[in-house]
Amino acid sequence: MSDIIQQFWRAFLWSDGYHFSGVAITLWLLAISIAFGFVVSIPLSVARVSKNKLLAWPVWLYTYVFRGTPLYVQLLLFYTGMYSLDVVRNHEMLNVFFRDGMNCTLLSFGLNTCAYTTEIFAGAIKATPYGEIEAARAYGMSRFTLYRRVIIPSALRRALPAYSNEVILMLHATTVAFTATVPDILKVARDANSATYDSFDAFGLAALLYLCITFVLVALFRRAERKLLAHLRPMNG
Amino acid sequence: MKKTIAALSVVMLAASLSVSAKEIRFGVDASYAPFESKATSGELVGFDIDLGNEICKRLHADCKWVENDFDGMIPALKAKKFDGILSSMSMTEQRMKEISFSSKLFNTPTRMVAKAHSGLLPTAASLKGKRVGVEQGTIQETYAKTYWAPKGVDIVPYKDQNQVQADLVAGRLDATLQDAVEASEGFLKKPEGKGFDFAGKNVVDKKTLGEGAGIGLRKEDVALKADIDKAIASIIKDGTYKKLEKKYFDFDVYGK
Repeated sequence: MSDIIQQFWRAFLWSDGYHFSGVAITLWLLAISIAFGFVVSIPLSVARVSKNKLLAWPVWLYTYVFRGTPLYVQLLLFYTGMYSLDVVRNHEMLNVFFRDGMNCTLLSFGLNTCAYTTEIFAGAIKATPYGEIEAARAYGMSRFTLYRRVIIPSALRRALPAYSNEVILMLHATTVAFTATVPDILKVARDANSATYDSFDAFGLAALLYLCITFVLVALFRRAERKLLAHLRPMNG
Repeated sequence: MKKTIAALSVVMLAASLSVSAKEIRFGVDASYAPFESKATSGELVGFDIDLGNEICKRLHADCKWVENDFDGMIPALKAKKFDGILSSMSMTEQRMKEISFSSKLFNTPTRMVAKAHSGLLPTAASLKGKRVGVEQGTIQETYAKTYWAPKGVDIVPYKDQNQVQADLVAGRLDATLQDAVEASEGFLKKPEGKGFDFAGKNVVDKKTLGEGAGIGLRKEDVALKADIDKAIASIIKDGTYKKLEKKYFDFDVYGK
């Protein structure tokens, strides 16, 4: 164990000497894909529950496709599949974008988690208590204000427990990144394994690092829930 | 009665001893043609398999082949799941810290592959700023990271060799570094290898690339190593090696 730590601690945490690697890469993948997923999923979830079929149907199709196929396959499609197309390689901007493994990984991770997040938020919007909407209407709020000030804040709060799950699952899903040559924590563990043949320690160390990150995420979400969902907590006594 | 039982148990003990002495179990990862792979019938075939069976024959032992993933070979050998690793394992310093090796079975060279007429050479100076793909966990990765990466060559490790080749074809990589036999059999001779060729001569370095492949053995099995070394020497001496080699290769695979 001490051998691996001595030789690989830097690679496990942030750099293999030439590129970023390990925890730094895993956190970067997680942060960017979650941020993208969150921002984009809010308008999409509103569209998803819309009565207008032209708005709702494309979003339904998108979430169906991305939730209905494995993330690993999506990553292969974006990394290997897209770049084998001449259309992509001959287009200057697309070529620059898809040439880089990190871009392909972020794109597929972002689209994937966005699909799940959209469904989570759409579910919470649908479950908004009718009284809240009625009260807002009684105030004379326009539809936009109704969404902005009542439905979305209320839905996001109630979606928090399910959303925290999605974030943790996304952390675990980052382990497929090495397929696109992105050196995340698991890739460093494989390096350590093939260099020392201490398989248990190499993968055990990776597991510990994921546990630590999950621990921090859970703690953050618990604090957020205590604050934002205080009004839904059962009363004491 | 007691005497009979005692006598019987001695006989049985002797029998079981002689059985265990008459069986050699080799660990193999059958995914590396033409050295070891599976025929459509499911039978193990390849140069290593022929050599192993010949060694067993000369030691009057039964060969038993145990399939195991390559990256788990050394732990499995130590856990006595088999007695030897016969799976194109290069004898490197790092591995010699863990296990011992028989005498050399063959030494296939390491070579770089790039677009035909690219003018690239397998040197740090020629490759500066270029992207070179290697398979993770191979001796070629160690070589590239030791000698090329510090001088500004971008070394990109991949999960498996097929991916390395796919990205060379796609244009993400300028060159790849791998076993020459694997490159020619698995890529250059196939349709997708069209337009690509070996670039430069064999890459040689005892420290990282080792001195060829041998049978990996537990350090404490000194007698088995002596027996196997004797068998290998006799296989080479009486011309059997050349005969087996011809079945698979059109060049000298024993090497220097």
